[in-house]
Amino acid sequence: MLLHQPSAVPRLLAATPRAGWIALAAFVLVMAVLLPASRLLLPEASPLHVSDYVVTLIGKILCYSVVAVAMGLVWGYAGILSLGHGLFFSLGGYAFGMYLMRQIGRDGSYHSDLPDFMVFLDWKALPWYWQGSDSFLWALLLALLVPGVIALVFGYFAFRSRIRGVYFSIITQALTFAAMLLFYRNETGFGGNNGFTDFKRILGYPITAPEMRLMLAGLSALLLMLTLVCARYLVTSRYGRVLAAIRDAESRVMFLGYQPLHYKLFVWTLSAVLCGLAGALYVPQVGIINPSEMSPANSIEIAIWVAVGGRGTLLGPALGAAAVNLAKSWFTVSFPDYWLFFLGLLFVLVTLFLPQGIVGMWQGLRAQRGRKRTAEPTIGSDQGREAQT
Amino acid sequence: MSHVVDLADTHLSPAVPPAGCGFRLVMKRTLRLLCCGLVILVGSARAAMPPAALSGLVADDSDEKIAAIQALASAEPESALIVLEALAKNLLMLAGGQLLIVEGESVTDAATGVKLAHVPDDAEAVTVNNRVRRELESTLAGLRLFAPDAAVRLEAAKELASGAEPASLPWIERALAQAKDPAERAQLELARARASLGSEDAKVRLSAVKTLAGSADPSVRALVAGRLVMDGERYVEADAAVRAAAADALRQIDRRFMLGDSLARVFSGVSLGSILLLAALGLAITYGVMGVINMAHGELLMVGAYTTYLTQGWFRAHLPDYVDFYVLAAIPLAFLAAALVGAIIERLVIRHLYGRTLETLLASWGVSLILIQAVRVVFGPQNMELSNPAWMSGGVELMPGLVLPWNRIVIVLFALIVLAGISAVMIRTRLGLYIRAVTQNRAMAGCVGVPTRRIDTLAFAIGAGIAGLGGVALSQIGNVGPDMGQGYIVDSFLVVVVGGVGQLAGAVLAALGLGIATKFLEGVAGAVVAKILVLIFIILFIQKRPQGLFALKGRFVEN
Repeated sequence: MLLHQPSAVPRLLAATPRAGWIALAAFVLVMAVLLPASRLLLPEASPLHVSDYVVTLIGKILCYSVVAVAMGLVWGYAGILSLGHGLFFSLGGYAFGMYLMRQIGRDGSYHSDLPDFMVFLDWKALPWYWQGSDSFLWALLLALLVPGVIALVFGYFAFRSRIRGVYFSIITQALTFAAMLLFYRNETGFGGNNGFTDFKRILGYPITAPEMRLMLAGLSALLLMLTLVCARYLVTSRYGRVLAAIRDAESRVMFLGYQPLHYKLFVWTLSAVLCGLAGALYVPQVGIINPSEMSPANSIEIAIWVAVGGRGTLLGPALGAAAVNLAKSWFTVSFPDYWLFFLGLLFVLVTLFLPQGIVGMWQGLRAQRGRKRTAEPTIGSDQGREAQT
Repeated sequence: MSHVVDLADTHLSPAVPPAGCGFRLVMKRTLRLLCCGLVILVGSARAAMPPAALSGLVADDSDEKIAAIQALASAEPESALIVLEALAKNLLMLAGGQLLIVEGESVTDAATGVKLAHVPDDAEAVTVNNRVRRELESTLAGLRLFAPDAAVRLEAAKELASGAEPASLPWIERALAQAKDPAERAQLELARARASLGSEDAKVRLSAVKTLAGSADPSVRALVAGRLVMDGERYVEADAAVRAAAADALRQIDRRFMLGDSLARVFSGVSLGSILLLAALGLAITYGVMGVINMAHGELLMVGAYTTYLTQGWFRAHLPDYVDFYVLAAIPLAFLAAALVGAIIERLVIRHLYGRTLETLLASWGVSLILIQAVRVVFGPQNMELSNPAWMSGGVELMPGLVLPWNRIVIVLFALIVLAGISAVMIRTRLGLYIRAVTQNRAMAGCVGVPTRRIDTLAFAIGAGIAGLGGVALSQIGNVGPDMGQGYIVDSFLVVVVGGVGQLAGAVLAALGLGIATKFLEGVAGAVVAKILVLIFIILFIQKRPQGLFALKGRFVEN
């Protein structure tokens, strides 16, 4: 249906309002100029100097934001609450992690061509699915394909039989749980519960160099911007409107002659691929990937990022991810015992008192002042219109 | 109570006449042995034995000691059992030519069975070296075959059936000549067959192999299989008929193994199923009534388990004599505690999210995080220590190698009772009627006067209470810790999905089916793969039957 629309590029440009482009330009300025300058040019004593820790934290949060926007697409615009998005994120991370493991070369503890954990397991050769993992491009392709194909197959069966609502949520949770168990096993060939770590290089360049960290953070920012622009284009297109209609009244849309399966499957798979890319960028920055990333708790946390930011908006999830993760960084250092209380309360209070999230609330306030803009109607509060059966 | 046994009448072999002395030949006397090691003989009587028979036991020379043991055993089997048991347990002491059995406070004269007030000062322990001990053990094994207590005899026969050496053959033959109980005889036959497998006579070996075909003991299988091994060019077993019989016996034993294995799997499947059922019943009710998944359901199990833990602590502190019954007391308490927590959750959170099912999911997840962290802060992150009451430990041995633990049997029964109770509530009471009405059609139920919101709270509290009961059951077989409930939400939801919403019968079938299927798959493919296979199966199952096994009948608008 995307193809039916004429002149896609101008539409792409027009989809994001001018204020949005200005904000994006400012963001580019910060990430591409100010951040590198402050890290590389300013002396460490300067109050404006940022440490490697901060650069990595920013890069990490940007990756989370991409995941949140991807989640916001399926939940806010298609009404599909996935509790398994951590799986796609981790799969992307693992796919790229394989490349990073191969880049260690003979510098591991055992000085073998094989990754350390394989030497430890006394494996003599790489398993078949590790073939080609020394190629950067193949790793990137895998990071896209693996989450994409799994999402496509799973989504096809789930949407075809019209599994929706809490059914779908719980089954995605079971999916990521099962995958986590699988990856915990040493025999699976992904390092068991230690996962991948001790990365050394990307494309031959040391991974811990400040320039590399800035580059990765910059790429994360680029991915986030692309995601936001494309998502904006998508949700304002005819496709996006049908998607929202499916969310609000699936049966009615079917009676009108649309096939919801295709619409849902596309956004679902796209979302998984975005998560995979974010995971691939995330792993070199944090330097580790292990099966705990696939735990159901991690996936459900993504939902709260979206809820805090605002469902049915695109910027909201990105902001929500940033806000919750900054809070997490602060809490787990200052009051580790209270983080779970805070997170739990966040889940309860946001759903009870802030159903539109931060962005939704802000939009609501602006609308109250009587200068209601026509840019985008607030959507997302209408889950209840369709009683789940 | 005065059981009087005249040795002269019951002896197998004639009593060796005592070397003339001033002791009474046979002293009839009732004796109650208090020592726990010999508790198997409580209530039985014994006769005195000549000190000459005992004197060899204290000899310095091992050969002499062994000869004395054997002489004693063949002369006075019944009394010898007591003395030799004491010797084997290092309870025998020598004091001034008198042999004493000293067990804690109780001191008895080994020869006469007379009780003494205290241990004489010059008492010295009678020691045995390893060689003597081996002889002692095998003699004791034989002697037990003639113990007055039938249970002891059966136990001894069983032990020999799973480890008899050719040396025990005479004992077994003699016991067989005398044994009447069919179970005891069967075990003795097995023991004889086992011991005579290495006989020179091919006919004896043949009948031994044929008898062993009736066994289900892994060690017997190895023995029989050993008959079929080739030693270089030749078979270990020279006789072809015996080999054929051995091959046949092997098949029979393997078939029995398979059966035992399958039975064990079915049982652990039923056991897992009953746990799943207890976890899923409550979820089925709340999901049926309100259409929401309470992600804190697993934490309500945890609340039940911690209530059980606290009850145990209270019993230990205040009613130590009745500590075995703490589980029974915990059942209503856990129900109430979990129901209370559930009702609070419903009042504070769930009801304000009515109609927003996905948000309810998230909010209840938040509640579960808070509950977990609260328990972690109050009780600490470690697992709590709960002990099974005495009446729940141990197990029933259905066949060799297949022991059904009591705690699991009790839990299966408990699940049945809970199921019966909840069915009664749902079918017979007005509350159950209302709950079913709201499940089927909330709007219509409201129109005819069912207080739907109050029913919501009550249904939620009942569902939570059942989860609390599940927690009591879980506490008896697994770890009790803050994270214990986390794994159950997905499993119980799958039970609800497969069984069909709002259907108790569906939940029962689904729980049992999933439990048994999981256990069988685990045997074939390992636990992780089994979990994944079950999940795939469920996804495919929903393709075919999106409403579950039992769809509610009635008028529905599928949105």
